[in-house]
Amino acid sequence: MNRIEREAAARRIMERTPPSVPPELYAEVVRRGGRMLRRRTAAVRLMWLLLFAATVTFVVWALLAQPWVEPPSETTPPLTGW
Amino acid sequence: MGRRRAAQDARRGREFEAFVAGAAGRLLHAATLLTAEPPDDNPRARRLLTLSLAHTYACWDRLRGEDPYDRARQYLATRFSRAAWHQYGSLGALGRTRPHPDSPLARLSPQERLILVLRLYEGVAEEQAAALLGLPTERVHAICDRATATLLHPPRGPAPTVLEAKVASP
Repeated sequence: MNRIEREAAARRIMERTPPSVPPELYAEVVRRGGRMLRRRTAAVRLMWLLLFAATVTFVVWALLAQPWVEPPSETTPPLTGW
Repeated sequence: MGRRRAAQDARRGREFEAFVAGAAGRLLHAATLLTAEPPDDNPRARRLLTLSLAHTYACWDRLRGEDPYDRARQYLATRFSRAAWHQYGSLGALGRTRPHPDSPLARLSPQERLILVLRLYEGVAEEQAAALLGLPTERVHAICDRATATLLHPPRGPAPTVLEAKVASP
């Protein structure tokens, strides 16, 4: 018995008695698949929302704090009584 | 916007229904062979099939010309191999996951069943099966040969349980 015959015999054994597909399968698949899809969409939306909120927060903080402006010097004492 | 969305959903529903009508029988047969359950009582195979088809449904719009059957089969195979990995040696191996003696593949270990079904029943190329399972091609070849031999010339005695199969497979 060569390799091809062996594989054909194994295929024949496996192809006996196919199971019948349950009729409610499609509805269940669409229900689960739709839920997965909705969750994925919601997660993507939440991510965008978080990104947007973080950007807005950063811009507002930057405009208020203005970290690029050199802070006034604190080592030289102010000139008073001149 | 809403009407276009609804039309797109309806079209996707029709396409997916046609796909399920064509593919479910063959995939369910493959899943039943994997889980080694009898054809008329296969809750684990049905669950596996439902999950893989639901996954295919969820990424239907992002397939971009890829074969949905291929995608569903990949998901089925990887999910089964992961489940088989977790059930090895745990309490699950003692009870509900024991192969049913009516199944033609009852004497094989989960990995042997997976490779045999992918290679011979589904006709996946050796290299593709190896890449899918993360094994060297030679190993897939050897396991497939050994599984074929066990299937055609079963050793005498009752079908081994999962625990014995685990000890026998390196």
